[in-house]
Amino acid sequence: MSNATQGLYSDVIRDRWRRPRHRGELPGANAVAEDVNPLCGDRVRMMLAIAPEGRITEARFIGDSCAICTASADVVADLVSGRSRSEAAALDVSDVLAVLQAEIRPTRMRCATLPLSVLGQALDGAAKR
Amino acid sequence: MRLDEQTRADFPILQRIVNGRPLVYFDSGASSQKPRTVLEAMNRYYERSHANVHRSIHTLGEEATELYELARDAVQRFIGAPSREEVVFTRGTTDGLGLIAETIGRTLGRGDEIVVTELEHHSNLIPWQLVARDRGAVLKAVPIRDDGTLDLGALDRLLTPRTRVLAFAHVSNVVGTITPVAEIVRRARTVNALTVVDGAQAAPHLRLDMSALGCDFYVFSAHKMLGPTGIGVLYGRRAVLDSLEPGRGGSEMIKEVWIDHAQWNDLPWRFEPGTPPIAEAVGLTAAIEYLEKLGMDRVTEHERALTCQTHEGLAGIPGVTVYGPPVGVERGAVVSFAVDGLHPHDVAALLDAEGIAVRAGHHCAMPLMRRLGVVGTSRATFSVFNSPDEVSSLLAAVAGLRSAL
Repeated sequence: MSNATQGLYSDVIRDRWRRPRHRGELPGANAVAEDVNPLCGDRVRMMLAIAPEGRITEARFIGDSCAICTASADVVADLVSGRSRSEAAALDVSDVLAVLQAEIRPTRMRCATLPLSVLGQALDGAAKR
Repeated sequence: MRLDEQTRADFPILQRIVNGRPLVYFDSGASSQKPRTVLEAMNRYYERSHANVHRSIHTLGEEATELYELARDAVQRFIGAPSREEVVFTRGTTDGLGLIAETIGRTLGRGDEIVVTELEHHSNLIPWQLVARDRGAVLKAVPIRDDGTLDLGALDRLLTPRTRVLAFAHVSNVVGTITPVAEIVRRARTVNALTVVDGAQAAPHLRLDMSALGCDFYVFSAHKMLGPTGIGVLYGRRAVLDSLEPGRGGSEMIKEVWIDHAQWNDLPWRFEPGTPPIAEAVGLTAAIEYLEKLGMDRVTEHERALTCQTHEGLAGIPGVTVYGPPVGVERGAVVSFAVDGLHPHDVAALLDAEGIAVRAGHHCAMPLMRRLGVVGTSRATFSVFNSPDEVSSLLAAVAGLRSAL
């Protein structure tokens, strides 16, 4: 693999793309959202199980998505698990990028941010109910 | 001499080194690179002759007008249009399709029918969706077969006395299908439907003859055929153009104006409101002259050989799927493919790391993606400057991809 590829696809991204920890359906999820990246048609669904007191007990995702988007979704699911709803809502793209340890170029930034925006939609939907 | 050997030195951008490798540019289907003659013609125009066209009564204005109108003659010759009045300049294919959809749209009534196909680029779908919504018209799509060709039997069933427009691509920008334009036009005529052809992926690669195709409208862009961005062509059959009200208003498209009404200008200016893309027209002339010098039949032959080499090569790599018509069936200069277990965007990024530029994603054809059952594809497209060696590099790189992530 060339240097250019190594910069874009960090070990973290490659690992989480090959072996995502949080991929799959989440039966009993009570906050769910799905969205697409209009640039490429990628689709990500985030599913959250939120306990009555507002803590996210589990987060999972499914989607048709590239390595960066998949890895990002997996990291987002990691980061929100065990957090309160407001803590999860405060997650920023820099938190995700810090874990991914990759040089995401501007043309691919939407791949990294899509799962976060879907998370936001899921939390909003849950708050409205 | 092969075409790429003859042309390569004419394209300054091919000197670029990308990620440590000489650039291999397989994205001409999105936008082609430009030969030096196009760049120089536009520069010369701006340095010597630039002024606004048509009503500038001074030397530069006259030169600019002459150069702009010479582009119309070049296009007329290039596409075999019966007359220069049938050549309308637009800002590009999307603009031309939008213009003609709006213009025809005004003549549609509730229950009129518009037929498109599953192959269409969003540019030849969304304008018709908007028209159908605004006019209460019905939008239908001709399905494709699994090999990416149109189901002409279904087309016959979709055409009714209410069909007013049949809009379809000459060459699919995703799977490369070449549609039988003259035959489809013949069928549309049986119900007196207007035909609108999206020629964006055909004009750069095939010899065009509007008289032989017989369609009412044919639309394409300069920037995919070695010309500049910002200009395109809407060919319209004179009898039909004459019968239509202008779609958009402004300067240039009128003869006389009062506060509450106006008299329209003659063809083709009736459909060209505002200051046109003049330098771009000059660049388009240079692009056409460049292609004519090579000979469109040689261009087609060269790109067909590259397409075939790519198609056969990719199909022979384990885990690679090629979409569209099978090897042996004619297709445009485009090959869409998928690599098992890899997302198209990752394929494109990994190839970019090798200096190879391909496109990835839905290619602005989401209904077709849905029909193919994929989110997107990776797509290689070809131009006169691409070589068999570049195709070999692509094949070698794709063969190594599955171990890359």
